Amino acid sequence: MPKLTINDIEVEVEPGTSILQAAEQIGIEIPRFCYHDRLSVPANCRMCLVEVSPGPPKPAASCAMACGEGMVVKTDSDMVKQARKGVMEMLLINHPLDCPICDQGGECDLQDQAVAYGYDRSRYHENKRAVKDKELGPLVNTVMTRCINCTRCVRFAEEIAGTPVLGQFNRGEEAEIGTFIDQVVDTELSGNMVDICPVGALTSKPYQFKARSWELRKTDTIDVHDAVGCNIRVDARGREVMRVLPRLHEEINEEWINDRSRFSYDGLSKARLDRPYIRDEKTGVMSESSWDEAFAVIKSKLAKVKGSEIAGLAGDLVSVEEMYAFKDFLHGLGSKDMDCRTDGSMIDPRVRGGYVMNSGIEAIEEADAILLVGVNPRYEGTLVDTRIRKAVRENGAKVALVGEACDLTYRYEHVGDSPADLEKLAKARSGFAKILKDAKKPVMIVGSGAYARADGAAVQALCHAAAEKLKVVRKDWNGFNVLQNAASRVGGLDIGFVPAKEGRGLAHILAGTKDGSVKAMFLLGADEFNARAEIGWKCFTVYVGHHGDHGAERADVILPSAAYTEQDGLYVNAEGRPQLARAAVTPPGEARSGWSIFRALSAVLGKALSYDTLAQLREEMVKHYPHLELIDERGANEWAVFDSKAKVSGDVFALPVRNFYLTNAICRASDTMRKCVGAFHASEVLEAAE
Amino acid sequence: MKKPFELHADYQPESFEFTKAYQKKIKDVIALYPPGRQQSAVMPLLDLAQRQVGEEGAKATPVYGGWIPRAAMDHIAEILDMPAVKVYEVATFYSMYNLAPVGKHLVQICTTTPCWLNGSDGVVKTCKDKLGIQMNETTEDGQFTIMEVECLGACVNAPMVQINDDYYEDLTPETMAELIDILGQDMKPTVGSQKGRACSMAASGPTVMLEGAKKAKVV
Ligand code: SF4
Ligand code: FES
Ligand code: FES
Repeated sequence: MPKLTINDIEVEVEPGTSILQAAEQIGIEIPRFCYHDRLSVPANCRMCLVEVSPGPPKPAASCAMACGEGMVVKTDSDMVKQARKGVMEMLLINHPLDCPICDQGGECDLQDQAVAYGYDRSRYHENKRAVKDKELGPLVNTVMTRCINCTRCVRFAEEIAGTPVLGQFNRGEEAEIGTFIDQVVDTELSGNMVDICPVGALTSKPYQFKARSWELRKTDTIDVHDAVGCNIRVDARGREVMRVLPRLHEEINEEWINDRSRFSYDGLSKARLDRPYIRDEKTGVMSESSWDEAFAVIKSKLAKVKGSEIAGLAGDLVSVEEMYAFKDFLHGLGSKDMDCRTDGSMIDPRVRGGYVMNSGIEAIEEADAILLVGVNPRYEGTLVDTRIRKAVRENGAKVALVGEACDLTYRYEHVGDSPADLEKLAKARSGFAKILKDAKKPVMIVGSGAYARADGAAVQALCHAAAEKLKVVRKDWNGFNVLQNAASRVGGLDIGFVPAKEGRGLAHILAGTKDGSVKAMFLLGADEFNARAEIGWKCFTVYVGHHGDHGAERADVILPSAAYTEQDGLYVNAEGRPQLARAAVTPPGEARSGWSIFRALSAVLGKALSYDTLAQLREEMVKHYPHLELIDERGANEWAVFDSKAKVSGDVFALPVRNFYLTNAICRASDTMRKCVGAFHASEVLEAAE
Repeated sequence: MKKPFELHADYQPESFEFTKAYQKKIKDVIALYPPGRQQSAVMPLLDLAQRQVGEEGAKATPVYGGWIPRAAMDHIAEILDMPAVKVYEVATFYSMYNLAPVGKHLVQICTTTPCWLNGSDGVVKTCKDKLGIQMNETTEDGQFTIMEVECLGACVNAPMVQINDDYYEDLTPETMAELIDILGQDMKPTVGSQKGRACSMAASGPTVMLEGAKKAKVV
């Protein structure tokens, strides 16, 4: 391990550490533009110059120079200061002075570093160069004249997103960033390029000219657009969410988020349910009402209904507390019929190892063989997909897919498309079966859609058996993962928001609404099935949720609740990690947080729930489910093999997420997401129009 | 400066294939690099594509010189199994790759200081006047394109021009005019110094290392 001195401080570092990293370890910051700790090192901006001896008597780029034994590094000598000033002056020669109208202003690396290291005036009187802006789609705005050619975006697109379409073209004064052939950067991660661009060349299009960073109120919270549980920061002004940014969490999303999590926020202020509504029985028209009126209608309707004729379904975006209160509420009414698997999944809620990611997200990057089953990780868990990509890139991991072929950003072997093919693979001795068995850390990722079919239980049994056979589950390693795609699902399964003994699940509940055995139905944000067609028209339906989407369309009474940015709530991510989302803004109009709606309604119905505050609810909840108290911790999960006699059908695995940008009610209300569909999924728009 | 690339220009062909003869050359070039490193062959392949187009252009009417269509870059990316954008990057970086059609004789005139001191202005003027075109333009018959370049490393014999693969040195306006005439008639002028000196030795013949000069058969 080389030992060196930086500014008279001695430090010992791992071999291969760069001087810049070593300095960082002892708290000395070296300015940089092109260096980014998750990308390759091109050393092209020269901002990180330091003085190194022994060596040639000239400044060296510290980001690209490895520490050597006995090096003496100076980061603040006169030579270094002079060199940095020089680099800064060069960078500013062609950089426009448009900070006052630049969205990056206030959080711009160039601005900050120019203050710290630049001259106070320009010695350059020639014309600045101008570069044509590039069209990168509906999310990323470009002002290429501001670009300092650090190539961070180019490296991000290639290395992290796996869509190598950006490049640096021409050279010298002509050098510019672009796609050369007017392509859009077709990735679900494009928003991250806005974050890593050190200047205002790439900025957010939806956020353009909307706010200044210093006037925003920042709230650290959790994303709910998929089950990955990305850590995010919601920036708000007044009651409006102005933008969403990623927050660092090494074990989940590193520092990235996908475009849906980042850009769908405009959907939070559209198509909102901001007051209760009641449907007129005669005319069928919805009209606004007060909470009391709405509760009164529900009370009178339920008066004639038995507990066993009431059912409840919970949707994809709701928090654990909401479901917990909902479940208590239904129990109080005497109902056993409830389900949170509104995607039709037959997944068994008894074995936690069967519905979460046992290896965890971070460990996927260490995998050397990965089997995907009925899943398109790019759409169902984008930040899981980046880990798979990392494993492929850095570990040379081999990937195979059983299921519908899809466009992944890495190479994979397509070994089949139906459960029968998985069965075959599990029995095989050569090919990918052998690769998995010989792998040090084999990983199997099953999409939640794989179990959403009539023979789902048999498919689950098959998957578990295959995992054993293929040695994905070992004594010291469990590489069996189910990738849920709804933020609420793992939490719902954890607290048992599934039919109680002798209760009915989704399919039977829906059938019951048609044959008259279910007379009243409560929907908590359940929008991912066609409620109008699936719920019998005689069934009295109450929708608790925040958007006027599929569920609300069918409802007889609507009770408006808060969205994920408007209430505190617990979410358990796909790895089984409980995390807390926090309210960034207040809910619109009369909307209330979901759990409190059930609390209030239960009192009206004479079956008051036992808690009055969220804290009390949580206290009670963790008494039953102690693991929910361990925020940000992922415990070990039990594992079981089912023995199932049922046969799997030959149907191919269908992918649950067809259109990445329209997966939930918030996205469907968002104009930005609709524009993305037009730009990135053009062919599917045509299909939908038909 | 080279002609800018135009994605939607009507001269961009739909597709590009290497001819049999060139396919053989490509194989040889790729074999020079260790397995898994075929991408290193991108520069020679771009050059081969440009030459193939040049050969085709010499036979066409009107004639044209070698250049690299977008389809060729995509094809090379496919052959070498690399992202197309990486090929574009290389192709746009080096000035020797033409990304738009040029004349059959691409006259690159050096105007950097040593050549300029020795009269490159006259050479430029002769070209412009005689061909009736400005810098970066091509004559109507497709025979000539002229462009300005930076030092080509033959300053000892300044001023000089490069026409396709060959250097023509020690130019005067007169010799430049002659060159154009000869090339215009599809004949091949003497390459190198137009003053008759061998390589870059003194015009009067070698003054030092006489033995060596004899051995190298330059006197
Ligand atoms: S656009 Fe931004 S990230 Fe990309 S090269 Fe320019 S300055 Fe760097
Ligand atoms: S940060 Fe070192 S050269 Fe850019
Ligand atoms: S200056 Fe013309 S060749 Fe060097």
